[in-house]
Amino acid sequence: MPKDGGIGASTKRREDVRFLTGKGRYTDDINIRGQLYAHFVRSDVAHGRIKGIDTKAAEASPGVVKVFTATDFSALGGIPCGWQVTDRFGKVMQEPKHPVLADGKVRHVGDPVALIVAETLEQARDAAEAMSVDIEELPAVLDMKDAVKDGATKVHDDLTSNLCYDWGFVEENKGAVNEAFAKAAHTVSLELVNNRLVANPMEPRVAVGDYEDHSGMHTLYTTSQNPHVIRLLMGAFVLAIPESKLRVVAPDVGGGFGSKIYHYAEEAAVTMAAKVLKQPVKWTASRSEAFISDAQGRDHVTKIELALDKDHNFMAIRTDTYANMGAYLSTFAPSIPTWLHGTLMAGNYKTPLIYVNVKAVFTNTVPVDAYRGAGRPEATYQLERLIDKAARELGRDPVDLRRQNFIKPDQFPYQTPVAVVYDTGNYDATMDKLLEISDHAGFAKRADASKAKGKLRGFGIAHYIEACGIAPSNLVGQLGARAGLYESASVRVNATGSISVFTGSHSHGQGHETSFAQVVSEMIGIDASQIEIIHGDTSNSPMGMGTYGSRSLAVGGSAIVKATNKIINKAKKIAAHLLEAAEGDIELKDGKFSVAGTDKSVDWVGVTLAAYVPHNYPLAELEPGLEETAFYDPSNFTYPAGAYGCEVEVDPETGKVDIVAFSAADDFGNIVNPMIVSGQVHGGLAQGIGQALMENCAYDENGQLLSGSFMDYAMPRADDVPFYHVDHSCITPCTHNPLGVKGCGEAGAIGSPPAVVNAVIDALHRAGHTNITHIDMPLTPARVWAAMNA
Amino acid sequence: MHNFDFVKPSSVADAVAAMSGEGAQALSGGQTLIPTMKQRLAAPAVLVSLTGISEMKGVCMGDGGLSIGGATTHATVAAEAAKYYPALAALAGQIGDPAVRNRGTIGGSLANNDPSACYPAAALGSGATIVTNMRRIAADDYFQGMFTTALEEGEIITEVVFPIPEKAAYAKFVQPASRFALTAAFVAKFKDGVRVAITGASNDGVFRWPEAEAALSGNFSGAAIEGLTVASDGMIADLHGTAAYRAHLVKVMTKRAVAAAH
Amino acid sequence: MTKVTMTVNGKTVSAEAEGRTLLSGFLREGLGLTGTHVGCDTSQCGACVVHVDGKAVKSCTIFAQDAAGATVRTIEGMANADGSLSVIQQAFQDHHGLQCGFCTPGMVMASAALLAENAKPSEAEVRHYLEGNICRCTGYHNIVKAVLAASGQDVAAIAAE
Repeated sequence: MPKDGGIGASTKRREDVRFLTGKGRYTDDINIRGQLYAHFVRSDVAHGRIKGIDTKAAEASPGVVKVFTATDFSALGGIPCGWQVTDRFGKVMQEPKHPVLADGKVRHVGDPVALIVAETLEQARDAAEAMSVDIEELPAVLDMKDAVKDGATKVHDDLTSNLCYDWGFVEENKGAVNEAFAKAAHTVSLELVNNRLVANPMEPRVAVGDYEDHSGMHTLYTTSQNPHVIRLLMGAFVLAIPESKLRVVAPDVGGGFGSKIYHYAEEAAVTMAAKVLKQPVKWTASRSEAFISDAQGRDHVTKIELALDKDHNFMAIRTDTYANMGAYLSTFAPSIPTWLHGTLMAGNYKTPLIYVNVKAVFTNTVPVDAYRGAGRPEATYQLERLIDKAARELGRDPVDLRRQNFIKPDQFPYQTPVAVVYDTGNYDATMDKLLEISDHAGFAKRADASKAKGKLRGFGIAHYIEACGIAPSNLVGQLGARAGLYESASVRVNATGSISVFTGSHSHGQGHETSFAQVVSEMIGIDASQIEIIHGDTSNSPMGMGTYGSRSLAVGGSAIVKATNKIINKAKKIAAHLLEAAEGDIELKDGKFSVAGTDKSVDWVGVTLAAYVPHNYPLAELEPGLEETAFYDPSNFTYPAGAYGCEVEVDPETGKVDIVAFSAADDFGNIVNPMIVSGQVHGGLAQGIGQALMENCAYDENGQLLSGSFMDYAMPRADDVPFYHVDHSCITPCTHNPLGVKGCGEAGAIGSPPAVVNAVIDALHRAGHTNITHIDMPLTPARVWAAMNA
Repeated sequence: MHNFDFVKPSSVADAVAAMSGEGAQALSGGQTLIPTMKQRLAAPAVLVSLTGISEMKGVCMGDGGLSIGGATTHATVAAEAAKYYPALAALAGQIGDPAVRNRGTIGGSLANNDPSACYPAAALGSGATIVTNMRRIAADDYFQGMFTTALEEGEIITEVVFPIPEKAAYAKFVQPASRFALTAAFVAKFKDGVRVAITGASNDGVFRWPEAEAALSGNFSGAAIEGLTVASDGMIADLHGTAAYRAHLVKVMTKRAVAAAH
Repeated sequence: MTKVTMTVNGKTVSAEAEGRTLLSGFLREGLGLTGTHVGCDTSQCGACVVHVDGKAVKSCTIFAQDAAGATVRTIEGMANADGSLSVIQQAFQDHHGLQCGFCTPGMVMASAALLAENAKPSEAEVRHYLEGNICRCTGYHNIVKAVLAASGQDVAAIAAE
């Protein structure tokens, strides 16, 4: 029987009730009396010099209160970058200024030039049409390889070039890697593009700035995955507001997928404007605006090579990647193609030598940063596409070639040649599970059935690894992070036994209010309905780092476990006093403290009441009250892994690919809420399928976004995807966090793109198109048809 | 969007009067016009809603064929035209999505003449007559290039009359983002010949494919057009497909429509 | 500004509207019914779907004045009279058919319209009907499952949780 509560139960989500009845409270639902409306005038060219801005007509426009331009923000800091990468020559990266409003030059379509604040939003937009911005258009820097050539137009005039950094990893291995290639019996290479994506959470970004003149207190309501990080970055680096005078609230947030991690100019602008105007200022992005102002994802161009010995053992991997940073460095941008990408190039395989080169490049495009998976999808895609190609060239079964090179269960902990140490895993188990749930053995029969109706069927496999639970602070500090990556929790037990848990994690769809309560319920043995999970407000929770990188349960959950253990330890002391027993004899079970081996007990409420009504209480040794805070800093990353199988049918006449089946066998370690975990995988799969087949953030030769709305940016719809078969019964618990959990939020988006592409290539090969070794994502009908008819 | 005065007449005559004002524009279902206005690419001073005019709504069989009021929604056509002209009903049921079909109208679609819209293919492929408050226009004269029609300023489509073919079908290859036609073919077999209209493919908007019509008029089967080639000159090339791809799809979708025709 | 009156969730309500006021804005700002969400500006995403005279429409693509006199139902009017979740809402919770909740109001309204037209839709019919509602979180698996369950069909055989 499945459990009906606590860890391991598919508890229904408590947050659903408000969302299903229209009672969610998203940032755009917040309206403060007297609020003004902000509209940003944005560059309509990709690159240009601002010759002049005439705000007079706009300021005279009905309802307009003030027009802000770069001059109004000149005393402020720029938007900071949170990670400094050191290149392979020991030099720190080139870090351009990122003004709140464009100063001197505009560097991408959508770069904000002015902020108009008016009494209504439409008045602000009307006024924007009256604004005259004189921009001398400059050639747009778009192609990454051209951008780093000598003499290329520079995105930032004060940098030496468009090269942010040239990173080598592990630089010391380079010679040995090259030697391995020289000696290899076989080498396989592949050039591929990891297409640029737009995260597109369904809720566009919103920011509402409020200011209390008499106290100097700022409040920012914002669509953020990490309100404390915004408070730190904006307060300390942009506006010089001490944390004590800045409250950041991220209420219900309608999805993030990475794009709501970063500190954006609009947040600083409305916070500042609210102070200047002494009125609340609200900005709500339209979807069209989101396309040109939300940080975008991926955009790597890579050559990857694999060296194998005569027995097809992997000897070495060498990669050469150009990673697009866009026009400015978004908060975590430099870390994505480096520490979240290079460190995963070993995959699930015991390749002894790896060298990764990444050139990060500035272009006149929207900044690029983490998007679901962030670096790890790029690594997995390269590796899993390349292994499939190798298997084909060597005449090997793609499953067998992978298995032969898998790290085996008895090899953990496994030190990879790219710095990280995998604590645990069993890749044969997930591969076995995949073959079972996908009925791999029955594929040939299904392929025949497809053939009979004129369709080409293919099966593609990918096995991924990711590093989650970001991150050991001292380690990432050495790697250039300008922040700690611990997580916090405060557990406040109330007098009558209910519990308020304040977490630094942030839920924007992940269901923390339910699953975190399950953890505490399990530990204390009281019903989850007695436990509230509170997040998203810097005024009531300890400094936390927020939710991204599949870290919430592994790091945030561990902080809750730690704080709850402190509560239990103190409660046991109180119980020992009440029961006149030794503390060591007190047992907690099902919400009751008892003395081991006796029938003496006191229930949970008896203890909590005693803590707050300390009439019979050891006041000499113990403070009254029952509230504890803990900060958890992980000792290692966690390493979820899994095997994904995709089955496609290709229409040979049109090139259209249909996903007819998708199976995922994941090892996420222990599972707190299987229903929620499956849901996370489903969502990741749809995003990965979207990347593989549909989504393409493309710019034209002038830097204009071609896919600037849902009319051209193809979001997966209900009829683009099948029911998925997901399984997370293969469990090797994480060895270094108290829950033994690994994280599940990004896996679907990491493992699925190579599985889809491998399936399409498989279908085409089975139909005799053996000349097609690769098609770049997205595999649109037009691209597949073109490949078949080349 | 820019502000405007909203008027909602209840008769064609009142609508025509309202349309004579400076900067007046008709608003039918608004499923294209409203997003366009949000982008501030259209800025009428007066918007004349046609959705309150009952005489412009409905589906009925008449002497000249199936008559559909200009303000009839796609959903109504999908439901009510099915027994008279199933191919037309099926086409209406593929436009946009259910919520769009509950608002969008045939008159609005034909007046806009988006090069990737579905209805222009049905009207041209059926040889329909576009009836306005001023005149009757044959489909062959009506479509004059992308977003361009024979309509004069202030002219309102009150009705569209479709002759009923012996067999017809619409085959649509969907542009995956917008769900408009990447390329789609409407094929209609009449007693005196076959009409083939293609939408989504050409920079000139919907067009007839005379070679296919000739071939299919002799032999109504996909095999009849197998040997034909479609030039890619003038075809739309964008993120979703090259001109050559669209030219290829013209034939594939025509064959599929022929195969599906009933 | 024009005073616009309509019936929303069974109550007659009035508020001022400009010509350009969309029904979505009228509901959200005029009436404070913020359950209806706006996720795009091209009439694609469906987060704003409400029922107007019993039919699902995108409230961001109809002017408030065009809905004057109409009977409108929003997500706030979907629960049972006693405040408990309706069958469709309950199915979404039971089958985890929502994550961030932003697309959910539109999904529920579209699903209700589907089931009113087609009491026992097939999986393909559900997927096709929901093509005008974009969800970025769920991958649609549990939404489709929830709608099938709400129609009284057995969904136990659908793979996984």
